[in-house]
Amino acid sequence: MNITSETAVSPRVVEQTSTIFAGSYINKLSGEQIEHECRRKLDSGCKELTLDFSQTEIVNSIGISILLGVIDVAEKNGAKVVFSEMNEDTVELFDMLGLTKHVTIQ
Amino acid sequence: MNETDNKLIHAFGALAELGHEITNKNNFQETIRTSLHLLSGALGIRRGAVARYSRFAHELNMLAVRALGDEFPLTLGLTTEDERQFLAIGLNPIEVSQARVLPFFQVYDVSFENKRLELLIPLVVREEIVGAIFLGEKATGEPYTSYDKDIICAMGQHIGVAIAQRNLMAEIERRSEENRQLFDEMRSTYHDTVKAFAAAIDCKDKYTEGHSVRVGRFTEIIATELGWGPDETEGASVAGYLHDVGKLTVERKIINAPYRINAKESAELNKHPAVGYEILQPIHHPYTDVPLAAKYHHERLDGRGYPDGLYDREIPFIAKIVNLADSFDAMTTDRPYKSRRPAIDVVEDLHRNSGRQFAPEIVTAFLSGIFKELSGDDRNKRFRRLLGRDYMETEGLADKIKFTLNELAPTTPMTYVAAAGIGDQPIL
Repeated sequence: MNITSETAVSPRVVEQTSTIFAGSYINKLSGEQIEHECRRKLDSGCKELTLDFSQTEIVNSIGISILLGVIDVAEKNGAKVVFSEMNEDTVELFDMLGLTKHVTIQ
Repeated sequence: MNETDNKLIHAFGALAELGHEITNKNNFQETIRTSLHLLSGALGIRRGAVARYSRFAHELNMLAVRALGDEFPLTLGLTTEDERQFLAIGLNPIEVSQARVLPFFQVYDVSFENKRLELLIPLVVREEIVGAIFLGEKATGEPYTSYDKDIICAMGQHIGVAIAQRNLMAEIERRSEENRQLFDEMRSTYHDTVKAFAAAIDCKDKYTEGHSVRVGRFTEIIATELGWGPDETEGASVAGYLHDVGKLTVERKIINAPYRINAKESAELNKHPAVGYEILQPIHHPYTDVPLAAKYHHERLDGRGYPDGLYDREIPFIAKIVNLADSFDAMTTDRPYKSRRPAIDVVEDLHRNSGRQFAPEIVTAFLSGIFKELSGDDRNKRFRRLLGRDYMETEGLADKIKFTLNELAPTTPMTYVAAAGIGDQPIL
């Protein structure tokens, strides 16, 4: 799975918005990669973090917990989290577990 | 499919993964961290922690913490027996509002309040508290349902078992370490006893003071040179230390006679190997063959030794080693009726008697040990300490040994000399 960011991070440029592309299966390994990348963006001053789920088919429990952790860190940093391009199953899952109450859906 | 069915399927998936995680031999800390993730993810719980209970310190120590911040205490003391009993009642989620009666909750109330913790789940295995789970609010903002609590209990049971298993392992490791220390102490006591015996044996003979100790050391060196493992080498040295234990029953005047003893006295002295065997045989030694080494250390390959006149293959190998170490010490120390022999003579004697009195492979191992030290390849100075620097620095000794080694077993010294980089060509 590839997790890429739209823009490169430079020490002199503060990215106000960033997009992280999640892979097809969000489990412990890929979830921790997403979390690491999100924390890096938030630490560098990002104020709007978009998670793109266009490739995502399955999110397991560990993936849910990690995404809740990302939401928590973003809230503490005063940043907004956007979930985009989710398929129907993912929306249903996130709704059921309450994640969608804390993010903006696109 | 309705939402309840979906929740059930999702939770079952988490439960299955939790079972897999716990039965895998992963790092314990990581297992608990993953377990907390699975529990949080199963029900969409925003924050929480898993703690292990220390029954020695009466504390709950956090093993994994999610989104509770740095100020959340990593250790919670359970101060009274009553609260410990209360928590040990069973694996049931306790609402934080109900748990406020517990003294430790009152101490940490502010932390729990700030972090919006809602449930405390004691982890109880075989009626003993092994840990606890703390859970914050659900991401939906809804209260925990009885269905949620059932899921939490099922997953908590798995986590509790994982902690109990870890505690058991730690206990086994601790006991094993205690046993190891006890074994080391016993071993040390055994060796001290062996050395005390050796000193007692040597006390009987003022001219050969330290003989048993030196034979023990030479025996150890030979075993090392033969490539024996640490336990076998240790056993060999014990055999060396105790080889003359039978002399304790021989009259002092015979042992200390400042002349060549007569046939009658010799017969008396020659009983010491069999007597040594009788003394050592009933003792349960941690090493085999110690009594046999005492019994047969005066046997010779050519069958002219005593007490039984055994031939080569009939003689236990350890006895052959002790025989060489014993003879070498006799030749290299002053006796009442003769001075120590020059080092070159001793090497010649070993060479000449190789295959008659001494086993060639043992002579080779022993001389290789001396040669390594003379050539500087071995800097432990084992022989210098036992024989004295002047004796070891006898002119031509290294060449004599190198020649003898090649004579005894050409392949061994050639390989050794070439590997050590001494001389341009192997000597044939």
